[in-house]
Amino acid sequence: MTALLIKNGRLVDPSERKDGIFDILCVDGKIERVAKGLSHSSVDQIIEAKGWVVAPGFVDLHTHLREPGFEYKEDIRSGTEAAAAGGFTSILCMANTHPVNDNAVITEYIVKKAKETGVVNVFPVGAVTRGLEGKSLADIGQMAKAGILAISDDGRCVMDSAVMRKGMQYARGFGLLVISHAEDECLSGQGSMNEGLVATELGLPGSPNAAEEIIVARDIALAELTKARLHIAHLSTRVSLELVRAAKKRGVHVTCEVTPHHLTITDEAVRGYNTFASVRPPLRSEEDVKALRRGLKEGVIDAIATDHAPHAIFEKEVEFIQAAHGLVGLETALPLCLKFVDDKTIRLADLVRLLSANPAKIAGLKGKGTLKPGSDADIVMFDPSEKVTITSEKFRSKARNTPFEGWHLKGRVTGTIVGGKVVYHEGDIIS
Amino acid sequence: MGEFPKDLLGIKALNVSQLQTLLDEAARFKGLSEIPGKKGEELKGKTVINLFFEPSTRTRTSFEIAARRLSADLLTMTPQATSLAKGESLKDMMENLEAMRPDVIVVRHGASGIPGLLSKYTEAAVISAGDGSHEHPTQALLDLFTVQEILGADALEGLHLVIVGDLAYSRVARSNIYAFKKMGARVTCVGPATLLPPGLESFGVHVSTDLDRELPDADVVMLLRIQKERQEKMNFPSLAEYTRFFGLTKERFSRMKKEALIMHPGPINRGVEIDPDVADGLMGSGPKIVILDQVKNGIPVRMAVLSLWGCARRGGV
Repeated sequence: MTALLIKNGRLVDPSERKDGIFDILCVDGKIERVAKGLSHSSVDQIIEAKGWVVAPGFVDLHTHLREPGFEYKEDIRSGTEAAAAGGFTSILCMANTHPVNDNAVITEYIVKKAKETGVVNVFPVGAVTRGLEGKSLADIGQMAKAGILAISDDGRCVMDSAVMRKGMQYARGFGLLVISHAEDECLSGQGSMNEGLVATELGLPGSPNAAEEIIVARDIALAELTKARLHIAHLSTRVSLELVRAAKKRGVHVTCEVTPHHLTITDEAVRGYNTFASVRPPLRSEEDVKALRRGLKEGVIDAIATDHAPHAIFEKEVEFIQAAHGLVGLETALPLCLKFVDDKTIRLADLVRLLSANPAKIAGLKGKGTLKPGSDADIVMFDPSEKVTITSEKFRSKARNTPFEGWHLKGRVTGTIVGGKVVYHEGDIIS
Repeated sequence: MGEFPKDLLGIKALNVSQLQTLLDEAARFKGLSEIPGKKGEELKGKTVINLFFEPSTRTRTSFEIAARRLSADLLTMTPQATSLAKGESLKDMMENLEAMRPDVIVVRHGASGIPGLLSKYTEAAVISAGDGSHEHPTQALLDLFTVQEILGADALEGLHLVIVGDLAYSRVARSNIYAFKKMGARVTCVGPATLLPPGLESFGVHVSTDLDRELPDADVVMLLRIQKERQEKMNFPSLAEYTRFFGLTKERFSRMKKEALIMHPGPINRGVEIDPDVADGLMGSGPKIVILDQVKNGIPVRMAVLSLWGCARRGGV
């Protein structure tokens, strides 16, 4: 028997409606008891968490771990270290590896490699279509047996509505979530920035909001048709949000995530041809950012996900339109999101719900996203008021592509516990 | 006046007095360039590298002649346009060039933002000779110079410039909007709605899709080159339809102000943006075609740019 006691922290567990000073006892990887003033006796390890928030470990519905195939960008080890350093105890990794995760062999490889080298729980997402080509269905059932929780062609949009319909129907038969990368590729074209004044000034091709909204509307319609569980990835526009809101009202099984970057910066960040701000969907206008923040407040947005997209520097030191899309997010998510607590957009408990309870529920992860006795002892501890400066050199990720370099924020992860084991503590990976 | 920036990446970053300084310098060089056999020594011992990733006749030769007239050591390179795979070598190539310590690098590239990217790897002054759909600053300078030369030094204040055509992809249009606005002109942009990019009004210009309405009030009409691939990307149905609505036909020419100027950055598509007879000045009296004046003035304007930026780098003179 291994027992771990976390003492005197501020427990924030929205699933249990708890927010206060509690001790937490973990035994053999599970939450044993949550109470005030628990006894120290016969405990293997005690963590003094005074001044820290203690919460269910964060669950990221959207990461790119790049293994197999792009290990020069990131691998399962470095990506899960970054997750642990960011307070994430479970992550879903997208299928756009090389080879693509469109069959059980690759899924099994990722699962096995994550068990051997991973620091946090890794749950692969399988492709909807073979090779992400949007033409024929991937081996969805076999991948489900091998451990995928969801399917998505993320990075690409399934442009053929008939193929997407079949994918949704088929996934429903296996109880899988369908994650939509909503982007009408005919309309977005080369655009890796928002269509608007800034793009016009810079002379860069822009992608209009409509490129996203058309597919959000289509996939909601397909979810109504197929009764599949639909999750909209990295939602970025005001109208997309309204489409999701209306669909939920009608009872469609649809959820959505937004990223910290789409909640924080606009297309102004692209000025100077800053390729670290090249991302799909693109950074939008101030109006969209404000709408997303309102969406957080009003509860239309179900989850915050990072879309952690590591790239090598040489893939960014090129022409803007040629630059690899995306930015790393695992190690900046918490401090960026705590700003919304600081400015009273949401309460701390809401943030924990958006980062833990809700994504766990969307992914169908039982015993995660909560610290209810009997659940997995996946826990994050953080000091919400400690000042931090984003310094990419210190990232655990292999990648440095962040537009937030040098930002002064608040909030530092002090410890991450996965299955009752401390895997990250005060800056060190323990594993 | 304020200090000139390290590089000339666009007109946007320049203020009015800097623009005027450049125009005054160009006037001085124009006088010099008209004395046969006379060369300036402003860039003696300085190295100028012309880096043209995109085909160009006018701009490249214009920069070459300008550099030679200032006694610079000149090298012109025309590497193949880069691709993602070669993106790294773009940086490597710049670092290699930098090792040879050039003073000025003139860059033409098909992608917006490349001159600024290259500037990060060199201490040399980077002069944009046109990048993607971003800016083409020396074209705007020579256009300002040409208008001032013909209509007078005070003509820009209150002048009405009408720019016609592909506003969405044109670097010439962007630089000229900044340049003419800064010098006090009023600017109208006319084109098919598909080639009027979002946010254009925020440049402080009047935006229109009706050339016939705007043309009679124009002091200067600037026609932009229509590239065939724009039609293929469905920005308009056919070249014939473009010409019908946006071409400078004989009939439209006859309704312009008599003292107006007609400009075109070249190369012209005869019978598309402009009627061949209009282009060749066969219409008798009426508005003046200044397309070749623009080309001619490219040399003194680029001499002004090269001498100003060339002398400022590597410790200066």
